[in-house]
Order: sequence, then C-alpha cells, then structure tokens
Amino acid sequence: MNKRSVDNWWGYFFIFPQLVGLLFFSLIPLVGAFTLSMMKWDGFGEKDFIGFGNFIHQFADEEFIIALKNTVYFTMMVVPGGIFSALLVAVALNKVKGKVIYRLIYFAPGVTSTVAVSVVFLWLLNSDFGIINLYLEQWFGIEGPRWLIDTAYVMPSIAILSIWAGLGFNMVIFLAGLQGISTSYYEAAEIDGASHYRKFLHITIPLLSPTTFFIAIMSIIGSFQVFDQSFVLTSGGPAKASYTMVYHIYELAFVDFTFGRSTAAAVLLFIIILTFTLIQMYASKKWVHYGD
Amino acid sequence: MHNRKFGISTILLHGLLIIGSFIMAMPFIWMILSALKDMSQIFVIPPKWIPDPFVWSNFKDSLAALPFGRAYFNTIYISVIIVVSQLLTCSMAAYAFAKIKFRFRETIFIIFLATMMVPGQVTIIPLYLIMKEINWIDTHLALIVPAALFNAFGVFLLRQFFKSLPHELEEAAIVDGANRWKLYYGIMLPLIKPALGALAIFTFLGQWNNFFYPLIFLNSPDKFTVVLMLNLFRGLYITDWTLLMAGSAIAIVPVLIVYVIGQRYIIEGVTLTGIKG
Repeated sequence: MNKRSVDNWWGYFFIFPQLVGLLFFSLIPLVGAFTLSMMKWDGFGEKDFIGFGNFIHQFADEEFIIALKNTVYFTMMVVPGGIFSALLVAVALNKVKGKVIYRLIYFAPGVTSTVAVSVVFLWLLNSDFGIINLYLEQWFGIEGPRWLIDTAYVMPSIAILSIWAGLGFNMVIFLAGLQGISTSYYEAAEIDGASHYRKFLHITIPLLSPTTFFIAIMSIIGSFQVFDQSFVLTSGGPAKASYTMVYHIYELAFVDFTFGRSTAAAVLLFIIILTFTLIQMYASKKWVHYGD
Repeated sequence: MHNRKFGISTILLHGLLIIGSFIMAMPFIWMILSALKDMSQIFVIPPKWIPDPFVWSNFKDSLAALPFGRAYFNTIYISVIIVVSQLLTCSMAAYAFAKIKFRFRETIFIIFLATMMVPGQVTIIPLYLIMKEINWIDTHLALIVPAALFNAFGVFLLRQFFKSLPHELEEAAIVDGANRWKLYYGIMLPLIKPALGALAIFTFLGQWNNFFYPLIFLNSPDKFTVVLMLNLFRGLYITDWTLLMAGSAIAIVPVLIVYVIGQRYIIEGVTLTGIKG
C-alpha cells in the first residue's frame, strides 16, 4: 500500500467511533426530525404525510404563540441584563488583586445544576417566607412581589435566576476580551488626560464590541432553549406565563404524544437558533482583523 | 495625594466586589444554612441565619426519603463511563482531523461542526423513537451510548490542540517506523493533557447536571440520576424546606467541590472555546 491509502485507512480507523455516533445520534435523528415534522402521528399506528400542515397548525396554535412570546420576553431580559452585569464585573475584576478568588465565586453558579438551583430559588423567592421578600420588607419597607405566583413576575424571576447562573461564563469571556485590548490605547488616552469614564466609553466599549456581540448571540441561543427553570419553578405556569418554546416541544411530544407537531415546533426553534448562529459566524469573519 | 485617592478607590472597588460575591454566593449559603435548620426556625421573621441547633439529621432524612444513594451511584457510573469513552473517541477523531490526510476529511469535519448548531430538542424525539425501537427506554444505555460516541464539541476542542502541536514531534518517530496508533497514543495524546482535563470536567459537569435527557429516557426511580431524583423529591416534599434544601445541597455540593479543584481547567476551557467560538 502507498502512503496515501495507508493514511486513508488510519484516518477512518481513528474517526470510526465518532463517525458512527454522528450518523446514529445526530444525522439520522435530524433527518428523522424533518420527516416527522411533515407527518401526522400520535406515536401509534400509521403516519400520514401532511406537508407543512404541522407548521401551519403551530402558527395558529395559541400555545405556540404564548410560548414564543414568553421565550422572546425572557431573552429580552436575559441578554441585556446578562451582558450589563457581566461587563461590569469583568471591568471591575480586570486589574484587581485577588482576581482568582473573585472569579471562583462569580463563576460558581454556572457549574451547578439548573434543577438544583431552581429548587433553592423556589425557597428564596417564596412570597411569604422567602428571604428576598423578607429583606425587601425589613430594609426598604417594600412589600415584595409574589414572584412565582404573579403572572407578571414569573418570567422576570426566571430571568434573574438565569442571569445569576450565566454571569460567570459571560464574565470570563469578557475578561479574555479585555486582556486582548492593548494597553497602548489607554496610555495614549492618559497622556491626553482622559478620565476613567471616558476611557471606558471610548476605548473599552468599542474595542470590546466583537466580544459583546459574541456573548449576545450565545445568550440568545441559550435563552431560546430555556426549560429546566420553568419546569422546576412553576411547571410553565401560572396560567402559562412561564410556558417556553422547549416546554411546548416537551408537552406536545411527551404529554400529548403528538410527535409530528412537536418536531415541527422543534424545527421552528432550530430555524430561529440557526439564524442567530449564522449571523454570529458571518460577523465574526468580518471582525477577525478588527484589532489590527 | 494621588496615592491616597488610589487607595480609596481600590477599597471601594473591593467593597463592591465583596458585596457582589456575597450576592452570588448567597443562594448557596442560604441553602446550606436552611438545610441545617429545624422546621420551626424556617418560618421565623426576621430570618435567623445561623441554625440553632444544627439539625444534621435533615441530610439523613433526605437521603432516606428517596433512593438518593442509588441515584448517586447511577450518576457517577454513567458520567465516568461517558467521560472515559469521550476522552478516547473524541481524541482519536480529533487527532485524525488534525494530523492525518484522508479522503473527505474536510467535508466530514464540516459536518461535525455543523451539527453543533443543532439544538438537542430537535433530535430528541427521533432519538427517543430509536431508543424505543431498540428497547433502550428506561435503561442507562439510552444516556450512555449516544454521549459516549458523539460529542462534536469535544472533537473540535481537541482538534484545536492537536493542530497547535508541531509536525516535527512526529517526524522522528515516523523515521523510526512507528505507526499512527503509536504516534497518537504514545506521543501526541500526552501532550494535550490540559485539553483532555478540560473536556473531562466539561463532560462530567454536563452529565451530572443533565436534566432533559434523563427526564425523557428514564421512568423508574431506581434508575434516576441525582438531578432527576431531586426533581421527584421537589414534587413530593413541596413545603418541607429543610429537607428540600438538604436535597439540593446533596446535588450541588459535589459539583462545587469538583469545580474548586478543577476551576483552572474549567475557566481556561471556557476562555479558549468561547473565543474560538
């Protein structure tokens, strides 16, 4: 055998296990999802091909619209809230002594189970005896909202949990972005007598924009997949106020057993996420030489 | 004068960062303290922070209320099998994609990358139907096999590391007649240990915290993972806060320990993959 065919043989030998995985646990299910999304099927009996019927049904389905609205609302809170808080912490941490210890603490919520921290928030956000409302009353004399019971507050509650949990991840990415900004910009600005605030506004923010954009897209993608928190905290309620896209997909498939409709909803979610992913890829290509 | 101003702003900065740290850690602190309280101390206004007395038996009661011990065993063995398998299969594939020229290499790699864009919720239903077809529903195989054999992110991560290793490292061994397996296993793999560490920790945490897949694939409580058991527990003991907090602590504390030990790998891993996108 010549070298080339030997390399071919070895190449496929090495990728074989992952190639099998790719085929059976990603590509075949993916094709299956697109096929199933065009079928009317309740898990038993015959599958009927109905074209885009499931998709049309989803757009007319009140629950899908509610789920989409709730998910978008959640995203609109988590993305700016998450970016703002993470940027603040990252800038504060960038040159401070004891950075490693602070980073350890701020990142910790991100590694823990969303189910477990949701159970903890169930107790923290309890309207009558939760510590948050008790201190709002004691320190500020404010009667705290009925976080998980009031339809107006349930999504913000889940957003607070998610911002808290995601802060560390975003902060670490921001810190890496800040490390990438050359100190010469700041030195030049200092010679001109620029204040901290002006340096932040005119150097840090613009030069950090590719990082910010990356975090924004990652947060949007993550937020559209929110499920665990609303499942554990409120079971999608009250009155469907925390019913999200993934919750909808879950219910259609594993409560109603309408697999066709469920995969159609999942494909719609996929399209949304894919759009944001492609925007990110396109933009990051344009931004490769940003700092040069 | 300038020095003094610097001193004050530094103290202020630390003050704010410490308050922030407290806000971040408060849910964990409150969880542990609540888990150690007597039920009578839970509803005291204003809240009492330090348990009096410390009721360590809450942990015992939580562990006894549902088979948490069993769930621990399940989660650990599932996670360990997946981590070990992924380290092998991902690094093998990553090595080939980085160092061996074979037909359709680029095309196959792009397919791997493309699958990273597919959210799990899209493939879960067909995957569920496949598992049903081969009678793997309510078995751990449904969780282990797909994860052990497929992690596009892991392949991508390790490939980046293999690519950064210079070709000269292999050349001497090639002249000596070493085959590809020896190059991979004997020379290159030991050089990417930090990346393997990062992947191992990411995978372990991901598996430990995974909720969606176990929720869908497992039905019998004796097969449950810790997180799934905690969810069941929450449904059964909805107002028993001391036991619920003990249960949450049971799920969270081991993860926090792994995190503190491996934080360097985790944070470096996030920085690396985050930036590479």
